[in-house]
Amino acid sequence: MLEMRGITKRFPGVLANDHVSFDVRAGEVHTLLGENGAGKSTLMKILFGLYRADEGEILFNGKPLQISSPSAAIAAGIGMIHQHFMLVPILTVTENVALGLSSSGLRPDLADVEDRVRALADEYGLQVDPRAEVWQLAVGERQRVEILKALYREARLLVLDEPTAVLTPQEVDDFFVTLRKLAEDGRGLIFISHKLHEVLALSDRITVLRDGRVTGHTTPAETSRQQLAEMMVGRPVKLAPDKPEVEFGEARLTIHDLSVRGDRDHTAVDGVSFEVRAGEILGIAGVSGNGQRELAEAVAGLRPPDQGSIRLDGVEVAGASPREIRAAGLAYVPEERMRDGAIGAFTVSENLMLLDHDSPAYSRRGWLDLGSLNERAEQLVERFAVKTPSVHTATRSLSGGNIQKVILAREITSGPAVLLAAQPTRGVDIGAAEYIHHQLVEQRGAGTAIVVISEDLDEVLALADRVAVMFEGRIVGVADRADCTPEGLGLLMAGG
Amino acid sequence: MNHRLSGLLIPAAAVVAALLIGALMILALGANPVDGYRELFIGAFGSGDALADTAVRAMPLLLVGVGICVAFRAKVINIGGEGQIIAGALVSTVTVLVVPGLPSLILIPLVLVAGMIGGGFWGAIPGALKAYLSVNEILSTIMLNIVAVQIMNYLLRDPLIDPEEIERGTRIPQTERLSENADLPILLDGTRLHLGVVVAVMAAVVAWAFLWRTTIGFKVRAVGQNPAAAGYAGMPVKRMTLLALTYSGAMCGLAGAVLVFGSQSHRLITDGSSAGFTGSAGFNGIVAALFGGLHPLWTIPSSFLFGGLLVGANAMQRAIQIPSALAVGLNGLVVVFVVSSNRIRDRMRQRSELAAAARALARREAEDEQHTDDIGGKVVA
Ligand SMILES: Nc1ncnc2c1ncn2[C@@H]1O[C@H](COP(=O)(O)OP(=O)(O)O)[C@@H](O)[C@H]1O
Ligand SMILES: [Mg+2]
Repeated sequence: MLEMRGITKRFPGVLANDHVSFDVRAGEVHTLLGENGAGKSTLMKILFGLYRADEGEILFNGKPLQISSPSAAIAAGIGMIHQHFMLVPILTVTENVALGLSSSGLRPDLADVEDRVRALADEYGLQVDPRAEVWQLAVGERQRVEILKALYREARLLVLDEPTAVLTPQEVDDFFVTLRKLAEDGRGLIFISHKLHEVLALSDRITVLRDGRVTGHTTPAETSRQQLAEMMVGRPVKLAPDKPEVEFGEARLTIHDLSVRGDRDHTAVDGVSFEVRAGEILGIAGVSGNGQRELAEAVAGLRPPDQGSIRLDGVEVAGASPREIRAAGLAYVPEERMRDGAIGAFTVSENLMLLDHDSPAYSRRGWLDLGSLNERAEQLVERFAVKTPSVHTATRSLSGGNIQKVILAREITSGPAVLLAAQPTRGVDIGAAEYIHHQLVEQRGAGTAIVVISEDLDEVLALADRVAVMFEGRIVGVADRADCTPEGLGLLMAGG
Repeated sequence: MNHRLSGLLIPAAAVVAALLIGALMILALGANPVDGYRELFIGAFGSGDALADTAVRAMPLLLVGVGICVAFRAKVINIGGEGQIIAGALVSTVTVLVVPGLPSLILIPLVLVAGMIGGGFWGAIPGALKAYLSVNEILSTIMLNIVAVQIMNYLLRDPLIDPEEIERGTRIPQTERLSENADLPILLDGTRLHLGVVVAVMAAVVAWAFLWRTTIGFKVRAVGQNPAAAGYAGMPVKRMTLLALTYSGAMCGLAGAVLVFGSQSHRLITDGSSAGFTGSAGFNGIVAALFGGLHPLWTIPSSFLFGGLLVGANAMQRAIQIPSALAVGLNGLVVVFVVSSNRIRDRMRQRSELAAAARALARREAEDEQHTDDIGGKVVA
């Protein structure tokens, strides 16, 4: 039903789309897959009339499509669910759906709209109260409103730009059921994502973009995570790092009966106990918001625990300051890397010396030894393959993956007893994620006890020697990696 | 555009714009702005004497400005320069009154240190309030300005007053002529250029070294840029906040000591208002620092220019007979323009920084790609 041919779009200094061609058939989910910056959103904005292509043509139902504005796109039967929602918070769901529907010159009858919204919601499993005001709704519900809006306007082609980025894994499952149903009813769906397992689960066909160019068309049946990743990155990648056999040593991190309160004064971590041995990676799986952040912050000394003990190499550190805990041997890669892990305005070199600038190796009587600090920074940038013009570049101008590499480099060089990494590759490109995983495994070989907290089950399964699942502040299951299946873990994560 | 260049051009353009608007105001008053600005320039920079006057006038601005730079790097806004200048002046004055007989070689350094201690203490109060009780430093520093003025007025009216003033019954609130051993030496005979100017320039260099070359300065900057990350890294966030305001206060206190012992009367005098003694240096120094991009070294030329504007505005006012309010207004205009232009400059800097990084990366990636192609070729072969 849709064909885009040779679409090219240039921004100053960037070729965002380079002769991109692909097509969508009625009744299918066609996925656009690509790393951040590959040009997916740009292509869709061209389709929706938000940008004008420099070259190329668009055919819709066999006829050339001349779209100059989003309202023209909507009139033609194209609906778009943006990465950032476009709803009016103080209006109700029904009012938001009705907004801008005055084509006939008459205000639509809100009662009629509401009936139709209810009918659509029932039909496609898009549960939401039509009378609720949008500001009261959770993100997942707002997304449903956006879809209802498009359906109400009789969209035949639906574009969903990274819709799962805001959903929890449970919501994603339901959401996919809805999308399948929408396609079965003869609509064409364009689904945008960079999450491989989602793409394989949902798509009929897949088009991969890299640096603005199409690098392949394929289907889930004839491809694999591995192949897709390589098409996205443009070189061989290892999704699961090689993990040599190691002999686990003594317990280096021992947590016993730890309870921590969260920001809303509720018990976020509730009597958690576990230990991690030298050379072992413990993966903590779980849907975000089940106490993982509070657990990590308590271990790092940023949140005083209510009760319990945290021992690092036998030293009790529960309630100690971050400085003391670091001195006892903890390295920490925080979840919010730009807020807690790095200083955006500082140079790469300055961020790399955040921890040890006043150690005797890099300072004398309070004076920084910039020569050796910069030299060390150069080495770390080299060793950790940080893509940066120089060590004097402001860190905030690097990509997320490279900032994460800087943080990891800084934390690992101290040769920590325990490394705690929270969501180490969230929002990070595949190439960088691969590299970060490799470094974690390397560090495991050096005898560090490693805790990886992650929402990404694939990541946990790829890295961990042992897996613990966290749900509502408790550890609801621990097992050796060999005894874990994605299905079993998924069930535990959902509280089953 | 190179951001070093734009860093200079934008505030310069702001000053020119302010002067143009000032020219309109002078025209409206029926005077000739060209004559006026010529007099301003000659008055500020036109002769050796004028340059010396400008340098002397710039000195307290520079010291205060240096303190502002340090505080700003820790994300602390110090509006308390006036009070800290007074505190420094008082402590150094009392020191000289207690040990007037010490030789200059000892007394002068002692006086300068006493000024730093006084101002540093006056800065440490809001510093501690902010660090440990989260009291907004803008409010507390402003209030401490008022407290300092009242203490000074009280001390000069009674305990510290020149005994002669009591005898004569004139009771002008000022100290006696302070010990000559504490006079700051004149550097060039026949001018007013004194040691304080050298002290101020040195202070700027020291502050630069402190911020960019010492471990503590590094922590101060880290805390200012991102307290959360600095805390994670184990830095003492609160102590750095306290330290930055203390340092800032110490620089202002130093300015206070230099103002007293470099003055022509060699006394501490008050007219009841704080500006009478400080010449509003506690506020003008903030502008000098902003004009210098909140960098201690750039604050040196910027203070000099701003000092020239203050000296020259007086000359202009005398020469073309405009009300003194206009000279003050002209300074105000410059302040407003410079402060607003700083925002523009920051935004341009960020943008050019991002663009430069993108360009450099693209170049590097192109090189890398060639490199990996080579390797790939070998593997296949
Ligand atoms: N409005 C714009 N102006 C300039 N460059 C842009 C603009 N929008 C996107 N780009 C650039 O185009 C490229 C593709 O971006 P985008 O389509 O958003 O990627 P994706 O959605 O695949 O992550 C990126 O390099 C991005 O920086
Ligand atoms: Mg996008």
